[in-house]
Amino acid sequence: MSLLARLNTPERRELLWLAIFSVIILVVLPSILEPFRLNLFGKYLTYGFVTLGLVICWGDAGILSLGQGVFFGLGGYCMAMFLKLEASSVANTKIQSTPGIPDFMDWNQITHLPFFWQPFHSLAFSLAAVVVVPTVLALVIGVAMFKRRVGGTYFAIITQAIAAILTILIIGQQGYTGGVNGITDLRTLWGWDIRTDHAKTILYFVSAIALILCILAARVVRMSKLGRLLRALRDREDRVRFSGYEVANFKIFAFCFAAAVAGIGGAMFTLQVGFMSPSLIGIVPSIEMVIFCAVGGRTSLLGAVYGALLVNWAKTTFSEDLPQLWLLAMGGLFIAVVLAFPNGLAGIFRLAIDRLPKGPGGRRQPGITPVVAEQAGAPQ
Amino acid sequence: MGGYSLTDLVSIMAMQGFAGLILFSVFVLMALGLAIIFGQMGVINMAHGEFLILGAYMTYICSHVVQTYAPALFPVYFFAAVLLAFGASFLLGIVVEWLLIRHLYKRPLDTLLATWGLSLILQQIYRSIFGAREVGVELPPWMMGALQATDTIQIPINGLIVMGLTVIITIGVYLLIYRSRWGKQIRAVTGNRVMAGAVGIDTDRIDRYTFGIGCGIAGVAGAAFTMIGSTSPTAGQLYIVDTFLVVVFGGAASLLGTIASAFTISQARSTLEFFLSGSMAQVLVLLTVVGILMLRPQGLFTLKVRR
Repeated sequence: MSLLARLNTPERRELLWLAIFSVIILVVLPSILEPFRLNLFGKYLTYGFVTLGLVICWGDAGILSLGQGVFFGLGGYCMAMFLKLEASSVANTKIQSTPGIPDFMDWNQITHLPFFWQPFHSLAFSLAAVVVVPTVLALVIGVAMFKRRVGGTYFAIITQAIAAILTILIIGQQGYTGGVNGITDLRTLWGWDIRTDHAKTILYFVSAIALILCILAARVVRMSKLGRLLRALRDREDRVRFSGYEVANFKIFAFCFAAAVAGIGGAMFTLQVGFMSPSLIGIVPSIEMVIFCAVGGRTSLLGAVYGALLVNWAKTTFSEDLPQLWLLAMGGLFIAVVLAFPNGLAGIFRLAIDRLPKGPGGRRQPGITPVVAEQAGAPQ
Repeated sequence: MGGYSLTDLVSIMAMQGFAGLILFSVFVLMALGLAIIFGQMGVINMAHGEFLILGAYMTYICSHVVQTYAPALFPVYFFAAVLLAFGASFLLGIVVEWLLIRHLYKRPLDTLLATWGLSLILQQIYRSIFGAREVGVELPPWMMGALQATDTIQIPINGLIVMGLTVIITIGVYLLIYRSRWGKQIRAVTGNRVMAGAVGIDTDRIDRYTFGIGCGIAGVAGAAFTMIGSTSPTAGQLYIVDTFLVVVFGGAASLLGTIASAFTISQARSTLEFFLSGSMAQVLVLLTVVGILMLRPQGLFTLKVRR
């Protein structure tokens, strides 16, 4: 009983849930799933990175971005460009008219590697780019928008437009980007074949551990004064501003953080799935990412990650058996979540916990994650 | 531009300009509905494209029914189809407002998600009823022709009809919002919901019919859309981002702004499409619009409202 009592502060309880989550993804799933299914769950985990960022950006700071697919995709493309260059060594591509460049460039009559592909010969550069490219883009968008106090629905629409632009651009510039097929046929990472079951299992563990580290990082942000300020500016932006804080900088930080983790998720996606294509990063996938987060619970880090796992798992299961029902179920799910459970599964879970008979720890304190207040509607 | 003579270039510019005008008309029709719903009510309706497609499918049904049961009326069925498209989308809009939107007025970002869910459901329903393949509407022969303006310039008649329809609807919306008692009430609710309620305006009723009319206009846009493109369950989604940008670019609460921005965007796109590939033209126009919005977030035209 004394153990329970000691665990009964909100912070420690959160750590306990995190430990349970770690056990589930590191021990339970790998031991009950065959490699194919485990690889699928590895793919779902990469969406967990995106929803995790959305908790900071949307759940805490109240910035709804409909362009997370852009950052996911940029991270994924950076990784894919490195892998593609490695796969298109001169030895592998000697049947092409220009050996040593990716196959889709050869098909599009490009005879030398474009300058922005050159640095991706280096693994260190590519790994850095996975985080830096999405963050810099988010910084540019964030500075342009938040410094001018554009927020709310306007911001959402503009991020959506950016997702549309990037998709059209990638599809249109087939010779430089692989076009609508994306960058496919990725083989090795520094000579290590990533297509075997064994490699995929290892990559699963790598992304699971990276995800747990990102959750811890996000937790540090949320527990700090910075996190409290983010929640404060979500609920009463003007008051935070009048207290002397530069609100825009905090928003830019939240948006960049979300972009950076989404980029990591994208890179892990490329490694595990073996390709990257515009169909994974456009308007529809971007909104789906927001939905994963909403279903799991936008104010709970673990809730959002579970949301990504559950919705994706349901999507795979349903679309294998009943593809027509899937869209109906998904649509109904969004409406139900928004109307009835604005805090998602995490909110339902928290309610259930609070209804349990109270232990010897006495009255529970409210957790660190308050319910979503009705957001102020004024767009500017 | 070697290889083209001056008269050729003039004709090309005129025809490209006219193609831009048709695109402009459909943009305006789509954006008008959205300008009412988003601009006046502040509701993001991601299912707007699906209301458009509902109008298009109504036109499709109407053309088939008339062709089968009353072939004599076929030449004029399109006008009945427009009314039917408006009615169906209007009714669906009212139902959606009552079931969904009215619970979410204080949470605009959540409306976006809920209406996205709605659009998925509608798409699946269309797919179950009409099939996943694209359907085209058969036009009566007199609408298929083209006017020969000069030797090198041709003007398609269905384009003229779309433009005429746009003009009529635009004038109708203008009269409704700025000249009618009911429009005054809408603008009062937009300006200050609480005060509008306090002076005796039934804000719930106003919201419901405003949303319904916005959706109804989307239905009319759908009927017009059948003349320039074929209808499929997911066609609406392709236009939703463009339309939102048109409305935001113009300044959300301004009718004139919506029309001006629809004109700018569609003309820029169809002119650029001649010189660049279609996708690059689209990217360039979207980038410019986003860039301008970053410099001038309130859009081209703004309404002076005390907030």
